[in-house]
Amino acid sequence: MNNLKQNITSIVQKTALALLIATSVTGAACAAGGAIKGAPEAKYVDWSWAGVFGTFDRAQLQRGYQVYKEVCASCHSMDLIKFRNLNEAGGPEFSEAQVKTLAAEYEIEGGPDAEGEMFTRPRLPKDPFPAPFANKNAAMASNGGAFPPDLSLIAKARGHYSFKDLFMGRDGLVGGPNYVYNLLTGYEDEVPQYILDHDKEVNAKALEAYNKALVEYNEAGDNSLRKPDAPTPHNFDLGESSFNNHFSGNKISMSQPLSEDSVEYTDGTKATLEQHAEDVSTFLIWAAEPKMEERKRIGIKILLYLIILAGLMYAVKRRIWENVRH
Amino acid sequence: MSGHSTYVPKSDAGKWLEKRLPIISLLHGAAVSMPNPRNLNYWWVFGGIALFMLIVQVVTGIVLAMHYTPHADMAFNSVEHIMRDVNWGWLLRYTHANGASMFFVAVYIHILRGMYYGSYKAPREVLWLLGMLIYLLMMATGFMGYVLPWGQMSFWGATVITNFFEVVPFIGDDIRILLWGGFAVDNPTLNRFFSLHYLLPFVILGVVILHIWALHVPGSNNPLGVEAKSKQDTLSFHPYFTMKDLYGIVLFAIILFYFVFFNPNFMGHPDNYIPANSLVTPAHIVPEWYYLPFYAILRAIPSKAGGVAGMFGSILILFVVPWLDTSKIRSANFRPAYRIFFWIFVANGLLLGYFGQVSTTDNFLGIAGVTNLVVSQMSTIYYFGFFVIILPVLGLIEKTKPLPNSISEAVLGAEGAAAEAAEQKA
Repeated sequence: MNNLKQNITSIVQKTALALLIATSVTGAACAAGGAIKGAPEAKYVDWSWAGVFGTFDRAQLQRGYQVYKEVCASCHSMDLIKFRNLNEAGGPEFSEAQVKTLAAEYEIEGGPDAEGEMFTRPRLPKDPFPAPFANKNAAMASNGGAFPPDLSLIAKARGHYSFKDLFMGRDGLVGGPNYVYNLLTGYEDEVPQYILDHDKEVNAKALEAYNKALVEYNEAGDNSLRKPDAPTPHNFDLGESSFNNHFSGNKISMSQPLSEDSVEYTDGTKATLEQHAEDVSTFLIWAAEPKMEERKRIGIKILLYLIILAGLMYAVKRRIWENVRH
Repeated sequence: MSGHSTYVPKSDAGKWLEKRLPIISLLHGAAVSMPNPRNLNYWWVFGGIALFMLIVQVVTGIVLAMHYTPHADMAFNSVEHIMRDVNWGWLLRYTHANGASMFFVAVYIHILRGMYYGSYKAPREVLWLLGMLIYLLMMATGFMGYVLPWGQMSFWGATVITNFFEVVPFIGDDIRILLWGGFAVDNPTLNRFFSLHYLLPFVILGVVILHIWALHVPGSNNPLGVEAKSKQDTLSFHPYFTMKDLYGIVLFAIILFYFVFFNPNFMGHPDNYIPANSLVTPAHIVPEWYYLPFYAILRAIPSKAGGVAGMFGSILILFVVPWLDTSKIRSANFRPAYRIFFWIFVANGLLLGYFGQVSTTDNFLGIAGVTNLVVSQMSTIYYFGFFVIILPVLGLIEKTKPLPNSISEAVLGAEGAAAEAAEQKA
């Protein structure tokens, strides 16, 4: 019996150790990820809606919608979102009348009518958000060949989840909106020094390797080695693009969309760049995950129920096994 | 299965049915009176948990199929329709997606428990083979299920995996065309994957019934690895093990539903929220986490044919484990050397999982000159070496600890066992 218990304890200990090694290996590798030296770190925003009890701030979602509508919507569609969603529980919760007015600002092709003719009518709450371009080709033609992606799911389709999200008890969604936030606030007017330093370092290394190869080539003196090619200097060229600290490769076709006072808030909130970015990121995570509040609310009840049930199950199990040695 | 039944029908209806179809005594024998070794520890609850997860997957899957559209142009949006407009659709889909992961967690623990306690050894080889068949079917089912949302990772995962079959000699191309239903991953591929994804779980269910049948003939193994000999070695399945399993299932459900409600996308890949696009390849194509160790083996072997052979071989080798292990002692508790190699095997498996999702050319933990590729090759060698060298050789040379005479003696002590035997006689 005692022997068995010791064995079980040691199994548990060893499993824990194995898991610990695996996770710390993964963690270390993530931390060592290939960012350029000196690059500003992405901000891990302290979202008001994160965590087990986090809910959206209605005013913030409404401001976020305003940012989308007045800025993003000129290039980006949100095909999966319908105007009625703006009125639904757990979202911006505009009133029914407000949603009708918002929808009616846009038109859509209706019909066919009794005569078989198509006609244009104002949008209704059941209709989707209007797309800024008729199709992908039209979108690319107006954006210098780059395609502005649909934003319905963007907050779940970017970034990655880290073990931090798991163990800090934070909602696993914080990966994506952090990416959106950092992208929107990560623009620089000029190519920053750390990029230039990085180029210098890369070029110096290439030159060093070239010189070494050249010495070997000259020492060999025969044709056994190929004459090394002089390295082409690597210089960051922005071209037509804008510079962004957090976009892969740092070159982004979208010019800085938001800056201070891009949008005039009606609720008196100060319209800083950071505020805009936080509001629209929150709006986008709601659009990608419109049932988040319902999910968490029910989740708390179900988990509480299961924990109590587990306690009862354990008590019954103990009672049954009470007089049985095992 | 009905062999253990102590069921005697009392009602007239019961007697009537028993004469014609003894299904109640069959179930009674399987889930009530079945004698189980009394010393089973909590590692034995994962079989019941895996069955529970299979049922969760089948039930949620059937309802999801009512709302899903298997068409390349509509699949992605139909999944979003489920998430947004179907009543409880988000709960069904998140439970199904996370349920698949947790099903694999349960099955991996179940398999490793079998390896630690030597549950595959005679007379349980068929039980083990059926279990491996279930695992293989699960891999196929899980892969095809991941394709159905038709996101970027679905599409490119399907492309990578189906291309493996190209290396099969002579008929490789034909297999690939058959899987695709054409000359590339496209709508016909999605349609056949959907059809098979619906079919295979019921095949799994059938094999699970055989697996349970094959369990009930020799009975469960136990942490001592000594066969149950007398009545005092065992306890009836109900209420002792039904209750223990139920408790385990509830604990497991807490973990499952933590993910479903509070971290539903943690085990998924962000790229699968981008609709499939055959013109844009994702930066990194990674399979679901439960395939990562095998994916690492694939990438560790430099030639394509060799890699594919290594990957499939790493799964198929599990089928012959009962004949590779030469040790007569089942439980690792009495095999001190095997125990160490086993835990290295587990850690190595986790390490392979890590290699499955990192770049092979990067340095291992940033150590200069040591690439992930080199270390993953050593890991691959250990994986295969464990089966083809350690298992056969260790059984011949290992000095094992003495086994107890019986389960009851180990649990109750010699005197206790005698006392209990006397009590049962009286």
